[in-house]
Amino acid sequence: MPKITYVEHNGKEHVIDVAAGMTVMEGAVKHNVPGIDADCGGACACATCHVYVDEAWAGKTGESSGMEQSMLDFANDVQPTSRLSCQIKVTAELDGLVVRLPQSQH
Amino acid sequence: MSEIGRVIIVGAGQAGGEAAIRLRQLGFKGEIMLIGEEPLPPYQRPPLSKKFLSGEMPEDRLLLKPAEAYAEENITLLTGKKVVWIDRSQKKARLEGGRELGYDALILATGSRVRALPVAGADLPGVFMLRTAADVDALRPEFKPGKRLVVIGAGYIGLEVAAVARTLGLEVTVLEAAARPLARVTSPEVSGFFLDYHASKGVRFALSAQAAVIKGDARVRAVGLKDGSEVPCDLVLAGIGILPETSLAETAGLKVEDGIVVDRQARTSDPSIYAIGDCVRRPLVHYDREGRLESVHNAIEGGKIAAAMITGSAMPAEEVPWFWSDQYDLKLQIAGLSTGYDQLVIRGSMEKRAFAAFYLKAGKLLAVDAVNSPAEFLGGKRLIERGASVAPAALSDMSKPFKEIMTAALA
Repeated sequence: MPKITYVEHNGKEHVIDVAAGMTVMEGAVKHNVPGIDADCGGACACATCHVYVDEAWAGKTGESSGMEQSMLDFANDVQPTSRLSCQIKVTAELDGLVVRLPQSQH
Repeated sequence: MSEIGRVIIVGAGQAGGEAAIRLRQLGFKGEIMLIGEEPLPPYQRPPLSKKFLSGEMPEDRLLLKPAEAYAEENITLLTGKKVVWIDRSQKKARLEGGRELGYDALILATGSRVRALPVAGADLPGVFMLRTAADVDALRPEFKPGKRLVVIGAGYIGLEVAAVARTLGLEVTVLEAAARPLARVTSPEVSGFFLDYHASKGVRFALSAQAAVIKGDARVRAVGLKDGSEVPCDLVLAGIGILPETSLAETAGLKVEDGIVVDRQARTSDPSIYAIGDCVRRPLVHYDREGRLESVHNAIEGGKIAAAMITGSAMPAEEVPWFWSDQYDLKLQIAGLSTGYDQLVIRGSMEKRAFAAFYLKAGKLLAVDAVNSPAEFLGGKRLIERGASVAPAALSDMSKPFKEIMTAALA
């Protein structure tokens, strides 16, 4: 299973095995990683699963849709590699992915 | 605050599950028992009438977390168990079968139940309702191309089910007692948009039409209407609303008025008992009144508030109520409550299926229904949160991105 490293805002790391086909958001929520709220459960309806994709991986997580970009536009502390983690599908190619969590989702 | 050793959470839906996890995140070290009647651990209800019904989302993804995630947090999850009695003087909850569990704090997260169809024949095979994963598991095998489905009730559940059914090739007729779909929750303009879009997808509507009887012998074969006509069908889905599940609270003598009455801190009339989620009537701080909210936002927020109270942590901010609905390629996102609006402003294009309906009262923004317009949803939500007044001409000005309009209005 692809391993994904979630880095909380305080620096605490969680290395989680996430099945291919799940989203990066689901990997965090289903394993109690704090800092990704994902209130809407992945329907791209709430913008509370914001992450920063590690620079080295930014090109590999796919393009964000117009919908996602519009939602991100209203998130806090948006950076060039900001994504909504419910919109990143986990694949074998993402084994080793590192994402960092923002200070707050609200 | 006296030491809280054990928290019992009655109801393992989204609100109850959130409360349990949040207690641990806030450092609660005592015992947590999360007790639910359904066989599954806490799961998401919104997909039930969407991707879980269509089969796109399997059960493991419907679950908010796998059962093990609760064990890892040392939360005792009891599924398929019903709490039948609360003894407030002894601070004990009794399970069906007689087992008694003491508590120091109790959270009622009992949710809601579907309003039963009050007509003869409603218990015939082929008549379904939709509230639980088990309901959908029963309904899904019936969703075969060519089958004739009658949906009773054109609320969100009814319209979402109609959209899934048309997408899967069923013939669909929607019956609605009111003169328009979504009459309880949105404006005539937005109702008209959804009516037209469903009609363009081949859904037939009978409006101002009331079901009088479900006909059939061994199984449903038609829905008879009050005017004497009938709609032949192979299956029926009744989606005529939900009622707060308050029976446990009532027998325990807690204050109940169309929902368990709680204050902003989720406290019931008993200081050791909190109530959260669909089952409560709570202060709606952005609207200066009380109300019941049937939503994910409300479930999560209640869980956060109850957990904060029990652990003595800082209160979370109360969000403007928000909701969403997915139908075909339409994503409807709603912020706020439009009840009592005196002005409606449409921004964008209904024809292009990207627009927002803003609801104002005396110039102040109350709510927004945003269809495929996330910026208007999130920007509108922030404006409502700040109690902003916005000029109608500014809201409908398509020459500027909505974020700019929001920023100017908040300046």
